[in-house]
Amino acid sequence: MKKTYKIEVDCANCANLMEDAACRTAGVQSATVNFMTQKIIVEFENGQSPEAVMEAVRKACKKVDPDCEIFL
Amino acid sequence: MQELIVSLLLLAVIVAAAASLIWIGRRKDGMTGKQKTMMLRILIASAVLLCLQLIPAEMFSRLDGVWFPSVGRWLRFVCYLADYLIIGYDILKKAAKGIRNRRVFDENFLMAVATVGAMALAIYENGEYLEAIAVMLFYQIGEWFQGYAVGKSRRNIGSLMDIRPDYANVEHDGKLTQVDPDEVEIGSIIVVQPGEKVPIDGVIVEGSSSLNTSALTGESLPREAAVGDEVISGCISMTGVLKIRTTKEFGESTVSKILDLVENASSRKSKSEDFISKFAKVYTPAVCYGALALAVIPPLVQIFLIGVPADWGAWLYRALTFLVISCPCALVISIPLSFFAGIGGASQEGVLVKGSNYLEILSQTKYVVFDKTGTLTKGAFEVEAIHHAAMEEGKLLEYAALAESASSHPISKSLRQAYGKEIDRSRVTDIQEISGNGVTAMVDGVAVAAGNDKLMRQLNIPHRDCHQTGTIIHMAIDGAYAGHIVIADVVKPHAKEAVSALKRAGVEQTVMLTGDTKRVAEQVAANLGIDEVYSELLPADKVEKVEKLLERSSGRAKLAFVGDGINDAPVLSRADIGIAMGAMGSDAAIEAADIVLMDDDPLKIAKAIKISRKCLGIVYQNIVFALAVKFACLALGAAGIANMYLAIFADVGVMVLAVLNAIRCLFVKNL
Repeated sequence: MKKTYKIEVDCANCANLMEDAACRTAGVQSATVNFMTQKIIVEFENGQSPEAVMEAVRKACKKVDPDCEIFL
Repeated sequence: MQELIVSLLLLAVIVAAAASLIWIGRRKDGMTGKQKTMMLRILIASAVLLCLQLIPAEMFSRLDGVWFPSVGRWLRFVCYLADYLIIGYDILKKAAKGIRNRRVFDENFLMAVATVGAMALAIYENGEYLEAIAVMLFYQIGEWFQGYAVGKSRRNIGSLMDIRPDYANVEHDGKLTQVDPDEVEIGSIIVVQPGEKVPIDGVIVEGSSSLNTSALTGESLPREAAVGDEVISGCISMTGVLKIRTTKEFGESTVSKILDLVENASSRKSKSEDFISKFAKVYTPAVCYGALALAVIPPLVQIFLIGVPADWGAWLYRALTFLVISCPCALVISIPLSFFAGIGGASQEGVLVKGSNYLEILSQTKYVVFDKTGTLTKGAFEVEAIHHAAMEEGKLLEYAALAESASSHPISKSLRQAYGKEIDRSRVTDIQEISGNGVTAMVDGVAVAAGNDKLMRQLNIPHRDCHQTGTIIHMAIDGAYAGHIVIADVVKPHAKEAVSALKRAGVEQTVMLTGDTKRVAEQVAANLGIDEVYSELLPADKVEKVEKLLERSSGRAKLAFVGDGINDAPVLSRADIGIAMGAMGSDAAIEAADIVLMDDDPLKIAKAIKISRKCLGIVYQNIVFALAVKFACLALGAAGIANMYLAIFADVGVMVLAVLNAIRCLFVKNL
């Protein structure tokens, strides 16, 4: 399953770091951060609930860039 | 001298900051709240710094001994520290957070270490605090500018692409109400007034108007539309009121599909983007370790091997300079921005690119393979000439149209179209279709035969061959040969120009594939200047031919296939890059292709290639420029020639220039 969320991130390198962090979160198959449109597209592994996984993704992203925000 | 320059710079910053707060801050779309606060901090910090600069250190030293010996020195430190905290507290906070999260190598950490280091050196020497604060200040200005410029260009490009209609007018008991286009059901009647966008695809049931399709196709000539015509969303009705019965939901309408496509295009990352993000992951830690080595190894070497004093301060300073240069942001930001601007600029011209990666491949295209019908030719048959007519040409055409009146073959249609008048079926009797050969019929009591040479032979009527290529309709009236009508698929007006434009754009070879006969294919190819032709192909053969061509074009030379998307979806997806033309409203083509040309002008292919070349050119310029400046500054910094100001320039200046350069991708109108 693929879902798109709005995000807020100020610098392009931070966006790359967020993408990395999101990809490494358990339950995420792949993630793409689009800095230009300020969106994150997350593909979840089968059987994972997006809500729970996205909470974890948000935490992971906050760790790499305290300024970023994911609007769930 | 340097202090004077910095003071002047500070003055400039104060003026610029105040002006931007007054001018941009007032506008609604100007700055976000965050940006306003930051600008205010920049203003205050630079004003305080300038004042402090004007008070010489001796003024403070006069206070020495008032309470305790070095009170002046400490007071001076506290003043500068306050200013430093005004401009840099958030960086310090973020750096602390980063360390807590075990992420030490981010730019906040670098800036914190570099400036705190510089402050410490200044306390130790009771020297220049200016540098630490100025570095922080310029870094923050750079960050601010980056955020502002990127946000602004993002909004600008976004608004250029925004063809989203805000509402749909639905008639309700004779009154118009504006509703969200999402809520309009299929089959509803919507009203589009002059100057409004058509919100949803549909068919006109009342009224006529000229439609401005420029937002979709880049074509400035308006299209006429009347009752019964299909209209697609995103067009602007210019002259009349239209009542439209919707045939699709908003989400399935052309305008939504296009928006979706363009917005998500930059999510498909190009190789250059991947390269840079990988590079950034290595670059920052590498420079940090480099800085550490620079701070430790040379002094140790000096002490133990050369036997001179270590000079820790100087080497530490060089190491800090290193850290400032290490932020990869200029690189990382300019590349997606270039692609985003390029995709935005292309969509303005009616060229939809589905991903940054496709823009990259398109720029390496050396082979362009065309489908003939619908791509280079209109795909509509037209009467091209009438030869050896035994009667008035119009009369002959009339007979032909009447005899063919019952047929639905495209050729019959084109004959009727060329005749142009209402057909009175009652004048025609005894119609006999002779499959594959033609028809015979009685028109106004006269025997008419219309068909190919086989039909003429069958009827034992001597006919004359034609020198022109195309489909020949021989006519026999009352058993006597009456001339022939030449029908041909018409070459698009810009087709020839398009092929030569491709050559000029650096395409090495053009190939045409067609299911048409060899003679027709070769004539069209010769006319247009196409290098290679393969004719009489079935759709499956086309895939095979493209695969063969793909084998020939190895490595960096990419192959593009251009089709109309109607029955060449497999070929479109097999080629390195599939370009569908005239795809306005054709979902299948938009699905299958990587690049979609909204109108059917073949000149747009060359334009698309030029846009991609320009965009990729700018991407490479940015990569090379940013890397060159960074490495040069690193080298100079290690040698002790570059100070922190230069380092800040390497960071912020390069980023600003790269962003400005990236914006150039948007300007593709005159390519």
